[in-house]
Amino acid sequence: MNDQTPTSAQRAEALQGMGCKRKRVEDIRFVQGRGNYVDDIKLQGMLYGDFTRSPYAHARIKNIDTTKAAAVPGVVAVLTAETLKTVNLAWMPTLAGDVQMVLADGKVLFQNQEVAFVIAEHPYIAADAVDLVEVEYEQLPCNVDPFKAMAPDAQVIREDLKDKTEGVHGKRKHHNHVFNWQMGDKDGTDAAFKNADVTINEMISYHRVHPCPLETCQCVASFDKIKGELTLWGTFQAPHVIRTVGSLISKIPEHKIHVIAPDIGGGFGNKVGAYPGYICAIVASIVTGRPVKWVEDRIENLSTTAFARDYHMQTEIAATKDGKVTGLRVYTIADHGAFDACADPTKWPAGFFNIVTGSYDFPVAHVAVDGVYTNKAPGGVAYRCSFRVTEAAYCIERAMDILAQKLKMDPAELRMKNLIRREQFPYTSALGWEYDSGDYHTALTKAMDAVGYKKLRTEQKARQDAFKRGETREVMGIGVIFFTEIVGAGPSRNCDILGIAMFDSAEIRIHPTGTAIARLGTKSQGQGHETTYAQIIATELGLPADNISIEEGNTDTAPYGLGTYGSRSTPVSGAATAMAARKIKAKAQMIAAHLLEVHDDDLEWDVDRFRVKGTPERFKTMTELAWAAYHGVPPGMEPGLEAVSYYDPPNMTYPFGAYICVLDIDVDTGVTKVRRFYALDDCGTRINPMIIEGQIHGGLTEAFGIAMGQEIRYDDEGNVVTASLMDYFLPTAVETPKWETDWTTTPSPHHPIGAKGVGESPNVGGVPCFANAVNDAFGFLGATHIPMPHDHWRTWMAADKLGLHA
Amino acid sequence: MSKVQSKVQVTMKVNGKAVDALVEPRTLLIHFLREQLNLTGPHIGCDTSHCGACTVDLDGKSVKSCTLFTVQANGADLLTIEGMAAADGTLHALQEGFREMHGLQCGFCTPGMIVRAHRLLQENNNPTEDDIRMGISGNLCRCTGYQNIVKAIQFAAAKLNGAPFQEAAE
Amino acid sequence: MIPGSFAYHHPKSIAEAVALLADLGEEARALAGGHSLIPMMKLRLATPEHLIDLSGIGDLKGIRSDSGDIVIGAMTTQHELIASDLLTSKLPILRETSLVIADPQVRYMGTLGGNVANGDPGNDMPAVMQSLGATYHVVGKGGERRLAARDFYKSAFTTALQPGEILSAVRIPVPATGHGWAYEKLKRKVGDYATAAAAVVLTMGGGKVASCAIALTNVADTPLWAERASQIVIGSALDATTVKKAAAAAEAITSPASDNRGPAHYRTKMAGVMVTRALGRAKERASR
Repeated sequence: MNDQTPTSAQRAEALQGMGCKRKRVEDIRFVQGRGNYVDDIKLQGMLYGDFTRSPYAHARIKNIDTTKAAAVPGVVAVLTAETLKTVNLAWMPTLAGDVQMVLADGKVLFQNQEVAFVIAEHPYIAADAVDLVEVEYEQLPCNVDPFKAMAPDAQVIREDLKDKTEGVHGKRKHHNHVFNWQMGDKDGTDAAFKNADVTINEMISYHRVHPCPLETCQCVASFDKIKGELTLWGTFQAPHVIRTVGSLISKIPEHKIHVIAPDIGGGFGNKVGAYPGYICAIVASIVTGRPVKWVEDRIENLSTTAFARDYHMQTEIAATKDGKVTGLRVYTIADHGAFDACADPTKWPAGFFNIVTGSYDFPVAHVAVDGVYTNKAPGGVAYRCSFRVTEAAYCIERAMDILAQKLKMDPAELRMKNLIRREQFPYTSALGWEYDSGDYHTALTKAMDAVGYKKLRTEQKARQDAFKRGETREVMGIGVIFFTEIVGAGPSRNCDILGIAMFDSAEIRIHPTGTAIARLGTKSQGQGHETTYAQIIATELGLPADNISIEEGNTDTAPYGLGTYGSRSTPVSGAATAMAARKIKAKAQMIAAHLLEVHDDDLEWDVDRFRVKGTPERFKTMTELAWAAYHGVPPGMEPGLEAVSYYDPPNMTYPFGAYICVLDIDVDTGVTKVRRFYALDDCGTRINPMIIEGQIHGGLTEAFGIAMGQEIRYDDEGNVVTASLMDYFLPTAVETPKWETDWTTTPSPHHPIGAKGVGESPNVGGVPCFANAVNDAFGFLGATHIPMPHDHWRTWMAADKLGLHA
Repeated sequence: MSKVQSKVQVTMKVNGKAVDALVEPRTLLIHFLREQLNLTGPHIGCDTSHCGACTVDLDGKSVKSCTLFTVQANGADLLTIEGMAAADGTLHALQEGFREMHGLQCGFCTPGMIVRAHRLLQENNNPTEDDIRMGISGNLCRCTGYQNIVKAIQFAAAKLNGAPFQEAAE
Repeated sequence: MIPGSFAYHHPKSIAEAVALLADLGEEARALAGGHSLIPMMKLRLATPEHLIDLSGIGDLKGIRSDSGDIVIGAMTTQHELIASDLLTSKLPILRETSLVIADPQVRYMGTLGGNVANGDPGNDMPAVMQSLGATYHVVGKGGERRLAARDFYKSAFTTALQPGEILSAVRIPVPATGHGWAYEKLKRKVGDYATAAAAVVLTMGGGKVASCAIALTNVADTPLWAERASQIVIGSALDATTVKKAAAAAEAITSPASDNRGPAHYRTKMAGVMVTRALGRAKERASR
């Protein structure tokens, strides 16, 4: 050892492993415009598919005449439900146990529903031909209000389910009812409310929105008649699931289906499920014998490929007069649109909504959710939110603020009083979740100190007085939230998608020269997996991250996985990665012992090598061991150095955070200016701080959009009035606030590297933080709950209702 | 209703190379670039000319190529993301900046964003943060929240000016 | 997303353009910047069989002074308006308005002519032209006409343009040195059309308003020349009471659509707020 020998710290840094701000591998191709997205794929003889869609929200189809469309030069075929029936694909199963029309069968149930699929030599020809499909409609009364849809005389939407009193999730109590789901102690909760000093009761609605990734949903289907094999490229967050589902419904054997998800331009939950476009492209390819590409446009995306939220939560909290919560009761009407196409784990028709007790120590609680059909797009999907966690967090965080206001307590103080204490972890909530770890009080205190919370409240008081004196027409709001989310689905005992347990996987192979390849069952849509999984392996195995290539998305080569959504990649595949690496490390240790002629136990691991305890100058690096694995293994050992791990997580993970927002509202226009937004996130072990920060920025920006104006809105005739980017609010760089990020680190005790996942936290915590801030701004004038979104006109109307424009 | 449309000849320069083609008058420039010239860097993200993912540089102007017919670009000098790096493969300062500052995640808005940023820096080689945010207000991103895109452009501006780059404290 | 088919024409002169429009009739549309027309064609809300691209006509470009007026060629882009030193010094309200139209890319292509002649109630320049008392030069097969901006707009997408006519230039009398001006636009985000907007051009004399012209954007099916509101403030010091009266008079002539920007009632009120704020800023900028 001399001055030239790198230290452990230097060797660790050179690995670019966990904890460092490793620059992203995927950037190299993206900044040069060399990504490989689905619409970049060009195959010989490829055809293009496009849909004729219903202008009506609810109508019978009397007749479809495809003659004119089929006669357009360059049109190869036109599919309708009748064509699909011949291959039993007019309807397809959804991930939520419902069925969905692929093409309209006898009636249409939502505006822009798919009615016919035109396949042509050129997309421009297909576009011309879709207008020439002649459809005779007989309009029916439509229902876009889930409450009205449950009225006894409400129009039947799902005639296919009309007499079915049993749904896949239990009894159906009405012809437009989907399911009822409950959790908790009803009697205990009722008792708590009976005995409460103080209660609050508020309808808290989370409006309908849409994930709207910049790249829409699309696929290329290519059926090889000779081999009887289907290759399907697509925007799939869960490519293996698509393959299995595809096999089950098409009857093509699974080993003859090759699903490939290439680069994906954002997912946010929009690209988990299967859509009619995928099925029609597959059938079209089988029928024509040529590859068929389907790319939806933005209006189609916003109005038909799923939606998110649309949860209407009647929320009650019971508390003592000094602010200790004693019970929570939430009754939710869930609007699922025309088909329940939720991408929830099977046993959870309302997702993990029972996380609604949030970060607070509720001794007892009860929740019930009724799913309802309406004449709106089917769904819903989890828009950057695990499963219904955004709805639950919005509900509890608004409710706690409403309670604080009633008790005349500061909302941060009320939270401090009720946060689950560090010593209570692992904590079993009143609604059945075992939270893995948390140090909530430290996090909230850190957040409050960072923004100078007390000073902000003092300033606010001064501004409120100035407003009352007529010296200013702006009101200042401070939003505080403390969220706990549940991600990383999930343990096989309670999580499966269509019967497949929600484990995930990693397969790692070390090459003779010490570089490596790893394949995962997840699928990045921008989260940087090519960069971060390599960091985990680099730290576990002492090989430079730059020498480890990461692949996802090809179902022939990647081990089976359930995909990327619900922030599950790090908790599940990240764990599988560590476990697979440790199998390799164990084998490498035996090879090292053999080479160094010592016993396994005489070796210790030092960053990138095994060294003999007591004689550190005797060591073998992992690189040397890789070479040895291919020619110098101990007798009886197989050559090679690789491992696969299928990780069945013992529990979900529970990231948490404290967010504080300060904003100023011009009461005469309803315009809100965000002054500052501070986000403290605890995602356990932090793999790449740069990527974490990027995720927080992105999620907060989506939250900002949702809270401040983004909505999928229908008029009473079922017309979707916000179906383009003219009206669907995506903030530009000008509206988007500057974000301040911070963290604490409370590792997950059950996760091999202690990591919890973070991608969706900012959307979970961001929305209620903005909402609480807006409500807080008007609280001193008597407002108790102003619903989202807080766009200019609604904020102005709230001010108007408070008499501020007199 | 279906008209047989005669094609029109167009000539232009794209990323320094001469291009000669026949197009239908209604062929949108974005489709011409992506489908006929195989330049799949510029992307399509909307139908109403809002998102800017299709942005290219045409005769020194940032334009949304989804809102131009190819025939309108006849005789023009076009730059797309594929033309940003030097002939020897050295990345443009903007491409380097986007990587250094984590100014991209899914990469879909990135080609349009970088080509727009390039023109922005030609318009103003020392933009303030507000200038940058206004300057990229025609380019939507769903992943980054723009904050690191701003830093990426500041990095590039500094490099192109031969100035040291100071990341603003947060 | 895909427009219908059409035949493309690229005339080199105004005469050639006008002749084409006359010959091809109703099925022909003029193409200026294209950033209103092409989006409509992509949604197939417009399906012209012929497009007459005006971009090759040199006589439609240019910004020049002409005996106390500034004349701007119809094919001048928003970007060129912003970059013009002449306009920045003589007609600063134009630059302020251009900067709140759409986004940088659209401004590179969108033209003044398209913005004033399309008849879209959401366009910003019409109200500004009305506040400036501008005149439109219009050319057809029968020759040139000049139409006052204040008389030009009939209803949504219907103007005084006759079939076969195009706008060739906008003529604006240069406001007095030291005039006050403001274009105040409330919008949901950058790039959006106005929830409501107000253009104000005024002059002060001895602390009182000597002349004033107020016009409103997107709160009716045409821009609104708020003549009554303008008259109310003349002779006043723009005190709060007078401004309130002017705002009320402006509100009284609005009939906005209820849309995703808000219900009609809200947009009317916002017209009033925009007038109030525009008057305030115009006064600050006036130098007498």
